[in-house]
Amino acid sequence: MKIWTASILSIGLLASCGKKKEEGGGGGSAGAGTGSASGAGPAPSGKATINGSGSTFQKAFQEVAIEGFTKAHGDVTINYSGGGSGKGRQDFADMVTDYGCTDGLYKDEEKAKLKGGEFVYVPILLGAITVSYNVPGVDKLQLSAETIAKIFQRDIKKWNDPAIAKDNPGAKLPATDIVVAHRSDGSGTTQQFTLYLEKAAGAAWKLKSGSTVEWPADTQAGNGNSGVAQIVKSTAGAIGYVDLPDAKASGVKYASIKNAAGKYVEPTAQSAQAAGEGLEVKDDLTFVSVNAPGDATYPITAPTWCMAYTKPADKAKGAAVKAYFQFMITDGQKLIPEIDFAPLSKTLQDKAIAQVAKIQG
Amino acid sequence: MADKLDLSGKPSAADRTFHGLAIGAAAFVLIVLAMIAIEMSGRMGPVLDKMGFDYFTSTRWSPAEGLFGALPFVWGTIYTAIIALVLAVPVSLFVALFVTQVATPTWRKPIVYVLDLLAVVPSVVYGLWGVLVLAQPLQKVFLRIHEAVDGIPGLQSIFGASPQGRSFMTAGVILAIMITPIITSLAREVIETTPQSDKEAAFALGATRWEMIRASVLPHSKGGLVGAVMLGLGRAMGETIAAALVIGASIGQITINAFAPGNSMPAVIANEWGEADELHKSAMVALALMLFAITIAVNLVSSAIVQRSLRRSRGAL
Repeated sequence: MKIWTASILSIGLLASCGKKKEEGGGGGSAGAGTGSASGAGPAPSGKATINGSGSTFQKAFQEVAIEGFTKAHGDVTINYSGGGSGKGRQDFADMVTDYGCTDGLYKDEEKAKLKGGEFVYVPILLGAITVSYNVPGVDKLQLSAETIAKIFQRDIKKWNDPAIAKDNPGAKLPATDIVVAHRSDGSGTTQQFTLYLEKAAGAAWKLKSGSTVEWPADTQAGNGNSGVAQIVKSTAGAIGYVDLPDAKASGVKYASIKNAAGKYVEPTAQSAQAAGEGLEVKDDLTFVSVNAPGDATYPITAPTWCMAYTKPADKAKGAAVKAYFQFMITDGQKLIPEIDFAPLSKTLQDKAIAQVAKIQG
Repeated sequence: MADKLDLSGKPSAADRTFHGLAIGAAAFVLIVLAMIAIEMSGRMGPVLDKMGFDYFTSTRWSPAEGLFGALPFVWGTIYTAIIALVLAVPVSLFVALFVTQVATPTWRKPIVYVLDLLAVVPSVVYGLWGVLVLAQPLQKVFLRIHEAVDGIPGLQSIFGASPQGRSFMTAGVILAIMITPIITSLAREVIETTPQSDKEAAFALGATRWEMIRASVLPHSKGGLVGAVMLGLGRAMGETIAAALVIGASIGQITINAFAPGNSMPAVIANEWGEADELHKSAMVALALMLFAITIAVNLVSSAIVQRSLRRSRGAL
């Protein structure tokens, strides 16, 4: 009898493991029903709980902004759960959340599926993506887009390659093997990094851009920005792309990158903010911020937005979302440099304020 | 309880309730499974419309270009599961034989207890341990193995050049640790069904302990052991988080080199779901459904084998 129960138990276990996975897959639509149902009840004016999810790139900012906002507005509770930009867009479209944050945009055909109708993109901040490296004996490194493209495609495999030497006149480069580290998970950081290479390196970059690209086989993958930083930190000869706060936190060195004006610029909150000055911004406040013009601009600078419906179903929640969005793009901007991101430029901030005014709260 | 015994033969209310509940619970499980299958089949439509049969045969997985071929991940799933079995099966069998045939009861208890503990460690713990502790030393071990077999045809491609800490082999090692307790405990139970008379007969003929195991225990438990191994296989193929963390997440790579980074069906879903668009998601749903079908098939076959062997051995008693 014992074997009976043992085998049934383990079969049951396996089946339930499988089940969990499938449920995770269908979670988007399953959650939608409960989300809109719970949002239907009228909340007392002033007091409200709003929920957001999405971009992990701006999660650090969301945390400090929520703390700052709720200090002044004690009757509002805000929960931000991260989960990635893709999840942020899905949850917002299904109205599981009251606002969503994302580094990437909806495709045109996806916009029709948004359950809450018309919405606005509000730019929140800009962030630098560093090219972090670990080459013993090299404390300063300069790279151009073509060289980065060649390194990440494994066209060049040694640190003393002529292409790298050309970017670093006079520097002593060792003959160490290059180890390329990239993200194992689908990521907005990968999306922006590859978009930069596509725009700045032109034909030299062949892997296209996306949240996952076809990296060569002899590269290494780490989970999240911190996973890539860990590989870079622990592997001599490694190079990888990591956002500035994570690069700083893990103590890796990062390269100065040649910008569109031909200057090598170090990634800092200031050089990322400079990318916001001369941007071409569309009417819906979307824009591409990689390879932006300007002498002081750091070229691998990624944008991130939050989204809200212009005609919220629940007035109290709508008002809270509107007030929170206003805070994020005005007083909240002062909190940004502390966490190594770049605030919006003045022109972009003015446009964002006008955009938030469209929310009927 | 003081009522008179009802001999009318009509089921009481309690009986009927129990009957209904039992049927309901059993049906519920089946309905959930069927609903999962139906819902997922619907969602894999977009990728099959776009890729057609190429989805199953293409080796390119390029979300940026909207090209999805599942073959590399099917390969990775099978390859890591094979590595895990090669490592786990001998260990499990010998542990099971030791516990049932050799060890004294004082030894048996702690060994069984520790093995059962291994089975309840959450997989994310194994995965993190693999990434943070195991990956770097393993890379050095891999390099030494590669240098040792360099020049030997066959082996030099399996234990290939430029080994990495996150690879098919790392995933295989972690999976092996995870499935060892499952295989061991099933093998133990199967082996224990060997009739005492068979064993004593072998001893009576002058067999040593090993000869007794070979002549009586193994032939008797063969079917059940195969079933135990296949249950381990099912578990290894479906493991998600541990594999996702240590397998290396290469894209579209099919290679026999066990030291190269790879990817498996559950791992790619765990890694890429968060940022995927519609078509990309549909491609992953199709992956999940394939995995679903494969693991169900493996489990059905293995439990059938175990049952058959058990029936046979009970008959012999």
